[in-house]
Amino acid sequence: MKTPLIEFKNVTKRFGSRTILEDVNLQIYEGEVTTIIGLSGAGKSLLLKQMIGLLKPDEGTILFQGEPLDTMKKTEVATSFAQMSYMFQDNALFDSMTVYENVALPLQETTNISKAEIDRRVLVRIEQTELSDAIHKFPSELSGGMQKRVALARALITDPRIVLFDEPTSGQDPVRKNAILSMIAQYQRKFGFTAIMVSHEIPDVYFISNRILALYDRQIVFQGTPEELEKFDHPFKDEVIHSLEGLQKELTGLYSKRQFKILNHVQLERRRSGESYCVVVFSLSGLEEIISSLGHDAAQEIIHAMGVYIDKHFSAIGGFSMRRKSDEIVTVLPFSNLEETENLLKDFVIDFQKQGIRDIWAEAQNNAPSDKCVDFAIMAGIIQGQPSDEIDSIIESAIPQQKEIGRLQCAAGE
Amino acid sequence: MLVSLFTGMVLGLQSYHALVQFGAQGTVGTLVALSLIREMGPVLAAIMITARAGSAITAEIGIQRISEQIDALHTMRIDPLRYLVSPKIAAAIISFPILTTVFDLIGIIGGYISSVILLGLNAGTYFHSIEASVKMKDISDGLIKTIVFALLVSAICCYQGYFAHMRTDGRGAKAVGLSTTSAVVISCVLILISDYVVTSLLI
Repeated sequence: MKTPLIEFKNVTKRFGSRTILEDVNLQIYEGEVTTIIGLSGAGKSLLLKQMIGLLKPDEGTILFQGEPLDTMKKTEVATSFAQMSYMFQDNALFDSMTVYENVALPLQETTNISKAEIDRRVLVRIEQTELSDAIHKFPSELSGGMQKRVALARALITDPRIVLFDEPTSGQDPVRKNAILSMIAQYQRKFGFTAIMVSHEIPDVYFISNRILALYDRQIVFQGTPEELEKFDHPFKDEVIHSLEGLQKELTGLYSKRQFKILNHVQLERRRSGESYCVVVFSLSGLEEIISSLGHDAAQEIIHAMGVYIDKHFSAIGGFSMRRKSDEIVTVLPFSNLEETENLLKDFVIDFQKQGIRDIWAEAQNNAPSDKCVDFAIMAGIIQGQPSDEIDSIIESAIPQQKEIGRLQCAAGE
Repeated sequence: MLVSLFTGMVLGLQSYHALVQFGAQGTVGTLVALSLIREMGPVLAAIMITARAGSAITAEIGIQRISEQIDALHTMRIDPLRYLVSPKIAAAIISFPILTTVFDLIGIIGGYISSVILLGLNAGTYFHSIEASVKMKDISDGLIKTIVFALLVSAICCYQGYFAHMRTDGRGAKAVGLSTTSAVVISCVLILISDYVVTSLLI
């Protein structure tokens, strides 16, 4: 069995008479994105702070690569922590330093790298995090989203093996939240670090997480994949996931995967056998190229605007939608057969080509450099299902049916 | 500058009126210079620096503590004591003697203004009495005090800011305010206590 990179064994943490964490057991594996979810004040940040050595457990052991930290030599502990980087919830930027100085500080103070090399590395990171225009600004002169990106650039400047993200999307709007998550996922793939994240963004974190840890009532009550969490039967789901998903629907208009499945189940239960329903799967092609040309914010704005447009069109006739993957939106039309759905989609395509794609592009341009443009296409596939069919297999079989329904070309503008 | 100027002027004024009764007004310069160099200069300069710079040190480090900037340094493997505290203690050890020397000189000029310009004492008598009475030991004793005060003030002010988050009587910005007040009060009291201790050891 694989040795966990970080492991907590019966860790308890108290503040005075208050016990915040009690007998916590968890494992973090190398190269994965692990997200810790839980209610505010449950002690999620406390877990991260113990991982990086800012706090020590009152009881229990923390192991790094199978070695207990409390039996390691001081130098070994320092070497272990040196491989980690921490992105604070409130950024913790040095407010008397510019963006450049903030990002360069870890290299200037902890390495013997030449000034020219530091300059080069810092400029690369600043460019990657789309902060080139703000390089000489102070943190107080930046927006919340830009401050987050400075904190991210600073956390990644030393090429760490493990990056701890403490609510990296707190205080951001839904589009910006997804942009930050997408940025973390992209860097994680690119640099291969192990990411440990505390987040409330359900279900968005599911798209980028390999494993989810659920902190509830002072203990880790669940460790597993997002798919396994869907089947997890525990009061945690009612109290935490439902409340967070409700908020998500309010903010974005789209249902979470779990809500979507329940709604689908309830709607199809009402149907008599033999009555069919339809599923339309919409995809945005070339998400990676959009991100590399226009940036994360603009890419997320395109997906968000696409979701809103689809939901607006189909919810009027009883349809309900969810974001299934970072570039995929699924809509169920519970009262339509294949022919009706094809007609509905034809109307949608006419509207979409006439106005929708322009609106989506206009939204994206608010967050993209004015001189840049990118080609992208939106695909849609329809499939008819029976109430007895598994929704996941229906969705999968809709994907091969996808055809292009709209394309934005830079030169033509459509 | 104003504090030292007026301290010197008041010393000159009081000592002139006291000494003139015994016909000893010629020693006004001695009294002004020795009072300033041995006692008042180091103590008053240290109190002024505490109020001006010590409080700023506590507030700055306190804000860095409550906004997790110090935790951020830990996570970057930068020792906050080396990065934030040591330079401030070093700066205090350098600046306290310099500022105290300036304080003493301006104070002596203040004594000159009140006793010579305003009260008519002979300028030569004033400066000669200073030159004749002030010994190198007076100056070095005064400077030793300034270094003791520098260590005390910088350490106390840094400590209060560094542990602002541990206060039980306030949190956040309030804790920084309370820490700043504590730093100034504790520093001033310890300046006076240590002044007595150091004087008794040096005398």
